[in-house]
Amino acid sequence: MAIRIAIASGKGGTGKTTVATNLYYAINEASKDEALLVDCDVEEPNDVLFFPDVKPGKLTTVNQEIPKIDTSRCTFCRKCVEYCEFNAIVIIPPAEFAEVNPSLCHSCGACLVACPSDAFGIQNESIGTINRYLDKAGKEILEGRLKVGSAMQTMMIRSLKKSIGTSEKIVILDAPPGTSCPVVETISDANFVILVTEPTPFGLHDLKLMVTLVRQLGKPFGVVINKAHLGNREIYGYLDAEHIEMIAEIPFNRAYAEQYARADLFNMIPGEIRHAHRKIKENLSKKGLIR
Amino acid sequence: MKEITIISGKGGTGKSTVTAALATIGSNLVLCDSDVDAPDLHLVLNPRVMESHIFEGAWVASIIQELCTGCNICSEYCRFDAISLNASGKLHIDPFKCEGCRLCERICPAGAIQSVKSINNAWYVSETRAGILTHANMGPGEENSGKLVSQVRKKAKEIAREKGSGILLTDGPPGTGCAAISSIAGADAVLLVIEASMSSLHDAKRMAELVDQFHIPLYAIINKFDIHRDISAQIEVFLEARSIPLLGKIPFDESVVQAMVSGQSYTEYAPHSELSGIFHSIWNQLANP
Repeated sequence: MAIRIAIASGKGGTGKTTVATNLYYAINEASKDEALLVDCDVEEPNDVLFFPDVKPGKLTTVNQEIPKIDTSRCTFCRKCVEYCEFNAIVIIPPAEFAEVNPSLCHSCGACLVACPSDAFGIQNESIGTINRYLDKAGKEILEGRLKVGSAMQTMMIRSLKKSIGTSEKIVILDAPPGTSCPVVETISDANFVILVTEPTPFGLHDLKLMVTLVRQLGKPFGVVINKAHLGNREIYGYLDAEHIEMIAEIPFNRAYAEQYARADLFNMIPGEIRHAHRKIKENLSKKGLIR
Repeated sequence: MKEITIISGKGGTGKSTVTAALATIGSNLVLCDSDVDAPDLHLVLNPRVMESHIFEGAWVASIIQELCTGCNICSEYCRFDAISLNASGKLHIDPFKCEGCRLCERICPAGAIQSVKSINNAWYVSETRAGILTHANMGPGEENSGKLVSQVRKKAKEIAREKGSGILLTDGPPGTGCAAISSIAGADAVLLVIEASMSSLHDAKRMAELVDQFHIPLYAIINKFDIHRDISAQIEVFLEARSIPLLGKIPFDESVVQAMVSGQSYTEYAPHSELSGIFHSIWNQLANP
């Protein structure tokens, strides 16, 4: 199985995508190791924006199986309502009304088991697409794109991860912000997690939440401090006290912020930034995760 | 009472910074931090907690090993791949993968599965210098952030009505998924904070599409607009085309981080600065449309 490296943060906008895309770029540029980039921020996927030359490849629709009640068979016994832990089913016996609300349904299948009258069918409802892109060198980038209005981001990430092939040696998983189930789904099978943060009170607070989570999941992890020197020094004391490894510091550089803004991350990288990203790669290779 | 939710699509564009700056301008406000995954507003507003409540999250199932016969039916029925054999060859439920549907518990022929509600979440009503704040602490990896969002918003609305507050200001989460949907459903207006980057513009377009589905009036501001003026101009073109009123453009200023470090909102930290003037103008347009 490929080595999986997840990039996560807690707080949004700390630089997950910058770290993930630079790592992908550096691995594929330097060695024969083939890295696959997987954009798991399915609510707002934008890794591909940084690769303007990519060609869109195969597009797969992800469907959620929504149970549908056949009212001609339904006896309105409400057993399915009792089974449904997500309050997704409405049955009104006097009106002979029986319906599943797709936006609340988790597709767990409990209602299908509950129904004594075989009144349930299945209807597929699209929750988004899995998009494959090929970059210039023929390397693949995978992206999950949740349909706007869908609340099924975790299911989307699960499907996205199932579509990862077996040919790559290294899989880079770019996680969504936050600390809840979509993040867990993304990092759950990672061999290593890079937590990207910034040295500000918001960055530190959300980093602590992420550290609690990755420790509960028993994942090895290290921290990258982005926009270094912008805030205060408190984060360094925290990392020391908690014996957390600092993999690299990426200095704040206004010129590079402008490059980021126009989605141009790999040309004319300022020396200090290039150095920081090289350090991240070297660190992973010292750990034996990449060559 | 009017609820204004501040949202962005992309994370880190400045939602909480903007919320704090506006909150300390307005008076007679109620505030809500609906980014329960990674709440930050309290770091600026230094709340004094007056009420704290446990929020029951989703069910989490576990196997009672003494009763389990290893028949494997539960793992066949589980749609979330949460049940598998552990290192010692026993069936085991991964609490982080379990979505709490309880189907395994219902179908287990040996009655060997039990579920308990997670009590890893809490929500609070607090006093701050800018008004009452409702906020939450979600346990890491929890399932129900959408429901916790609904809870803090519901309480904030109740308080706003009781106190006769004119405005409830809600600091929303990033993304467009369940937490974002729960944060904007039923709001009276949404303020979209976009930064001058291609990613933020891309994400703002998706966000605008989401807000459209709810038929809620949408306003926008461009943060750090001078990081890339061309992209800022592209954002303005997009807003114009969609008839989304642009309430202000905020320049990049490193002292915004200094305000955060000092535990103040920007309008408190540098009340007479150009930036604070822009925040005042944004607030006036939002509060008195």
